[in-house]
Amino acid sequence: MGINEDTRDLSVVAESIRLVTLQTFANIGFGHVGGAMSIIETLAALYGGEMRIDPKRPNLVDRDRLVLSKGHAGPALYATLCLRGFFPKEVLLQLNQGGGSLPSHCDMHKTIGIDMTTGSLGQGMSTAIGLALGSRLNGYENNTYLILGDGECNEGQVWEGAMFAAHHNINNLITFVDWNKQQLDGFTKDILDMGDIGEKFKAFGWHTQTVAGHDPGIIKAAITDAKKYKDAPSAIILDTVKGYGCNFAEGIAGNHHMNFTKEEIDKAIEDATDKLEYVRELSNKK
Amino acid sequence: MFTIHELFEKNPKMMREVYCDTLLELALSNEDIVVLDADLMSSSGMKPFFQRFPDRAFNCGVAEANMIGIASGLSAMGKIPFAHSFGCFATRRVCDQIMISAAYAKQNVRIVGSDPGVTAAYNGGTHMPFEDMGVLRSIPEITLIEPADNVILEDIVKQLAELKGVYYIRMARKNAVSIYKEGSNFHIGRGNTLVDGTDVTIFSSGIMVYEAIKASSILQTDGISARVIDMFTWKPVDTELIDNCARITGAFVTAENHNVIGGLGSSIAEAAAMIRPVPIEMVGVKDRFGQVGTEDFLREEYELTASDIVSAAKVAVQRKG
Repeated sequence: MGINEDTRDLSVVAESIRLVTLQTFANIGFGHVGGAMSIIETLAALYGGEMRIDPKRPNLVDRDRLVLSKGHAGPALYATLCLRGFFPKEVLLQLNQGGGSLPSHCDMHKTIGIDMTTGSLGQGMSTAIGLALGSRLNGYENNTYLILGDGECNEGQVWEGAMFAAHHNINNLITFVDWNKQQLDGFTKDILDMGDIGEKFKAFGWHTQTVAGHDPGIIKAAITDAKKYKDAPSAIILDTVKGYGCNFAEGIAGNHHMNFTKEEIDKAIEDATDKLEYVRELSNKK
Repeated sequence: MFTIHELFEKNPKMMREVYCDTLLELALSNEDIVVLDADLMSSSGMKPFFQRFPDRAFNCGVAEANMIGIASGLSAMGKIPFAHSFGCFATRRVCDQIMISAAYAKQNVRIVGSDPGVTAAYNGGTHMPFEDMGVLRSIPEITLIEPADNVILEDIVKQLAELKGVYYIRMARKNAVSIYKEGSNFHIGRGNTLVDGTDVTIFSSGIMVYEAIKASSILQTDGISARVIDMFTWKPVDTELIDNCARITGAFVTAENHNVIGGLGSSIAEAAAMIRPVPIEMVGVKDRFGQVGTEDFLREEYELTASDIVSAAKVAVQRKG
């Protein structure tokens, strides 16, 4: 069930990632379920062919890079990297295990395929700019991708970086904002309302699109559009639902980090398996 | 190996000019050298670098957290970043970025914080870091350096261009008293014994090195043989030297232009307590905030003079019993 550049149907890629992510969470009984579920279609678009990467040569210097600044969503990226062939499935059992290679938040020195250490919110914006700027200085024709959370955009550092990236026209940086409308303590509009995040990036001088965040085809098209635009860095605001596709988490309060029962996760895995079968059948019919 | 200058005159060349000239020289032969500043390019003396290498110099504006993050990202792409701000903003304001984006992510980032302690003078309390080294000292694997003069600054900057890891240089911007002769070179992590002595050891750093040397002369006339160390690396601290000095002199004075809590005195006391406990007196800022004034006024105000070291040394010797 691995994914590669020949897996044309990104829905199949996305549902495969969702299933494996849930299976990974199932091993430990808790985790950052909400924010992992909401970025799965984006990971499918990126790792399902968009990114110039090679699992056999994970340290290629001019590869595309992803900074998952909302590092708590690591398990979704671990599932993606595993499916893409960066490491075998047994490694997923190491999530949150002492001495293991899959920490709760991404660590570039512990996990093959992780391009930047993240976890302290807001910092991925700046490190991603550094990667993109370094790529430019080195003459690479690659792209750096960045995934921010909407709650993460509370951090001032995000906007420091937004100013810098526009001023220096860091156009090899494509930033996604997972606009899932929730942060740890509740709905963003109740905790610290960010208003229109897309308009904010636009006001900071960015090329901005707002797209359906659970349609990998639409996300891919948005990336294609962003790559064409060379006069500014690009922001793609993903209209998403926190916990999407996981029945005990989707859209509910308190889904940032949750404990769940065996019955709950078994049901979620069953649903995800059915959904994967369904999109596979659809794909075969095409 | 190093040689002591002995004239102890103020060098007409400012330390910031040395910093800039050294990076200009390095950048000519090493295209990976990149420089970042946070709207203090003029203060850090780096304007010539920005003019000579505009593609490799980034003024991040008044946004220090972003600057440290970008430096870390540049490091991940194989670049050799040197980032500057005033010491207070290069450390306490960006502590988490240095901790996570740089150190925890195992990047190679060199951070220069200027105007340490009382050298911030007219910029006053908000800009007067007595805490910069203390703030960073609890970050694992970081190296903390305070060079006393132009010669050691130049040598350290050249070494850092080759070394891996996160380094913080606490750098006075203006004219320093020359301690070392040109051509000297230094071992990061090892203290320099500048004056031999058998009764007490004075561990000093930065602007306090010359005060320590003066103090040792005064103490000599009082019949006390004081050993003077330039402990320019605060972390990792030279435990072997601390052990030797404790064995030879049996009493310590620490002299720092920094809060005694969390600074040089703390690091030497911690090491000595575990290796070979001896009486220690600390000359430094006694847990106070900075304030505005001339450097001379502030040295008196915070008791950072040779005479303060002399008094402390006498107490330390007396405590040996």
